[in-house]
Amino acid sequence: MNSTSTRRNFVKSAGALSLLGTLASGGVTGCASLGGVAKPKVVVVGGGYGGATAAKYIAMWSEGKIDVTLVERDAQFVSCPLSNLVLGGSKTINDISVAYGGLAKYGVRHVRGDATGFDPDKKTLALADGTSLPYDRLVLSPGIDFIPDALPGLASADARGKVLAAWKAGPETVALRNQLVAMKDGGVFAIHIPKAPYRCPPGPYERACQVAWYFQQVKPKSKVIILDANEDVTSKKGLFTKAWNGQFKGLIEYRNNQDIQDVDATNNTLKMTFGEDFKADVLNVIPPMRAGNIAASSGLNNSNKRWCQVDWLTYESTAVKNVHILGDALQIAPAMPKSGHMANQHGKVCAAAIVALLTGDTVNQTPMVANTCYSFIDDKNVVHVASVHRYDAAQKTMVPIAGSGGLSVEQNVLEGVYANSWARNIWADMLT
Amino acid sequence: MNRFSYQVMTGALVTALTGMYVGAAFAQTSVSPTLGRNLAAQCANCHGTNGKSVADVPSLAGQSAAMIVQKMQDYRDGKLPASIMHQLAKAYSDDQVALMADYFSKQAK
Repeated sequence: MNSTSTRRNFVKSAGALSLLGTLASGGVTGCASLGGVAKPKVVVVGGGYGGATAAKYIAMWSEGKIDVTLVERDAQFVSCPLSNLVLGGSKTINDISVAYGGLAKYGVRHVRGDATGFDPDKKTLALADGTSLPYDRLVLSPGIDFIPDALPGLASADARGKVLAAWKAGPETVALRNQLVAMKDGGVFAIHIPKAPYRCPPGPYERACQVAWYFQQVKPKSKVIILDANEDVTSKKGLFTKAWNGQFKGLIEYRNNQDIQDVDATNNTLKMTFGEDFKADVLNVIPPMRAGNIAASSGLNNSNKRWCQVDWLTYESTAVKNVHILGDALQIAPAMPKSGHMANQHGKVCAAAIVALLTGDTVNQTPMVANTCYSFIDDKNVVHVASVHRYDAAQKTMVPIAGSGGLSVEQNVLEGVYANSWARNIWADMLT
Repeated sequence: MNRFSYQVMTGALVTALTGMYVGAAFAQTSVSPTLGRNLAAQCANCHGTNGKSVADVPSLAGQSAAMIVQKMQDYRDGKLPASIMHQLAKAYSDDQVALMADYFSKQAK
């Protein structure tokens, strides 16, 4: 193997053990290409926007030369993007779900299970059922998990089932929709937003719009209150505030600098850091978050113990060799959002790098990623933010490209069509 | 959709543009054969894997490279109104656009 990345790792290696490890890694590829005995193995954990994309593209781009296994507990993917429309009532959970079956035709093997950890020396991934999977390269796309103990009142599953986060699409999305449907007209829906960084910066504001749109139709005396721990709206500020002061005037109230100490789930109350407790009829709390559990428990979260640092050329962890990390779990590069679209793009850069590393090719030294993020104001009108990022070799990070990217001028129906089209194409790009 | 319908160009101009831009890109000795593929993969989120769309946004697969190059230039230069493409097109050099266009033109429709 003659890639720059491998050379660099080789140089960094200290001692005979590391040297042997590097040679053994190269040897696997050599055996596969010479004897045709065993293909190099990639195991991908997590079938979201990052992981499913990586699995498909490694299989597709290696043309069957790499054995790809996707470890994902669920039988179908449920999209976080567009899940706020389930709360608004213009889409159902089935509309935003896609089965994993389509990956089989690329040669991706779907193992339904929970990954619990990995052995970086033996290069095996452990599953909850006691089995293990060998890998040459491990790709983790673990998403986010909430920081334990950040909000002690939400420690129990019962409390989390009452004051919902619904920040991973699925059963909680449906449960929150049911709470909104059950709420009396004249009630208050409150959403608490943690300090950035968090998954999907515009997501909470889109959610407020979707709930207000629902109230407007069937519960017009009700209110939406946004309690934001941040100093200001973190994404698409002008576009959202225009809607809040326009079609949702009197329906949505925005409050900044709303730090909370805890949540009392027994009576739907926020314990505010400053000021009186805040009670809502339907309370939606998005707790502070970090890289998903498997990354955190394996010491991969080497940025402030929350997020994972990677080499942006390969997405290989800077903490553990042969382990690559994608998506929301990453310590982001400047101006790079934690979005599904971005995770999909991470997946492709990582896939290209892994295929190159395992087939003796050169890793692309000039990767680029683009982000397109649509937010629904109501069921048809949509706004976007877009950006493009390139690798900067001097800074060893991704940087936004000056002069590119931008926002919608105003909400519009055409972008509603594009947003729905985006969803169908990106889901197909990952899964079919 | 109308806003995406490619403007008809004459055969001579198409050939000239394709030759010029793709030629310029491949003149660089360091260009990897997978660079066009990697760049084009950025478009797949909206335009489908390998440019084959399954929804309302048009496919790029099998389109003429010269037309893709021309559209990207027009988006970048503000000659073609767009909701988002004018913002994205500004991120790519002529060489990069040529590589992407060449890749898409070789994909099955």
